[in-house]
Amino acid sequence: MMYVTSFLFAGLVCMIGQIILDTTKLTPGHITSIFVVLGAFLDMFNIYDYIILKVGGGALVPITSFGHLLIHGAMESAGTYGIMGLVMGMFNLTASGICSAIIFSFLLTFIFEPQD
Amino acid sequence: MEKLKYRIIVDNNTPKEPIMYNAIIAFLTGGLMGTLGQALIDIYSYYFNIPTSQASIFMIVTLIFLGCLMTCLGFFDKWVHVCKCGLIIPITGFAHATMSAALEYKREGIVTGIGANMFKLSGTVIVCGVVSAYVFGLLRYLIFGG
Repeated sequence: MMYVTSFLFAGLVCMIGQIILDTTKLTPGHITSIFVVLGAFLDMFNIYDYIILKVGGGALVPITSFGHLLIHGAMESAGTYGIMGLVMGMFNLTASGICSAIIFSFLLTFIFEPQD
Repeated sequence: MEKLKYRIIVDNNTPKEPIMYNAIIAFLTGGLMGTLGQALIDIYSYYFNIPTSQASIFMIVTLIFLGCLMTCLGFFDKWVHVCKCGLIIPITGFAHATMSAALEYKREGIVTGIGANMFKLSGTVIVCGVVSAYVFGLLRYLIFGG
C-alpha cells in the first residue's frame, strides 16, 4: 500500500512541476526553489508531517522534503534553546543530504572527466 | 505595432511542447523515484535492522550518490532530456546540479574552480530553503509557540 501512495504522491508533485515548466517561462532552478518554499510553508501547519505519515517514503524523495526538514530541525531546536535555536538547528536534519552531495561530487570529479 | 507583429510571428513559430505527454512521462518517472525511495527505506530497515528514521537518511544519501554517479557516467543528461521534471524535482536533481557544476569547472582548479562554483546551479535551493524556513519558523514560533 505504501508503494502505491508513494508512487502517486511523488508522481503528482513531478507532474505539477512539469506543467509549470511547460506553461510558463520559468527555469528548472525556479521550479525547485518554488517547491522548497512550498515544503517549508506546508510544514508551518504540520501538514507535511501528516503527508509523510500517510504516504511513506515517496514524500521524502521530492525536493519539498528538503524545505520540510529545514524547518523541522529549526523548530525542534527552538523548542529547547528558544529563539536562537532557529538558527542553531536549521541544518540538523538536512546536513546529511548537503554533506553527501558535496563529498560525493568532490571525490567523483577526480575520477571522471566532463562529457560533452 | 511592429513589436506586436513580431511577437505574434514568434509565438506562431516557436515549437509547441506536448504538455500532456510531458506531464504523463514526468508523473511515471517521478512516481518510480518515489517507489524506489520507499523500497530503499524498506530494504534498509528490514535487512540491515536500521531504525526507520535513520533509514530515510540512508535512502536520501543513496539517491544522491546514484544521481552523482549517473551524471558522471553521462546517462543522467540524456534521461533528463526525456523525463524533465520527473528527475529534476526529486533529490537526484539537486545532486545532478551540484555534480555537473563541479565537473564543468574542474579544469579551473580546486579552489577557484570546484570550490567556488560547486553550488552555482543548486545554491538557490539552499538559499531559498533557509530563508523561507527561517521566516516560516519564526512565524510559527511567535504565533503557535513552537
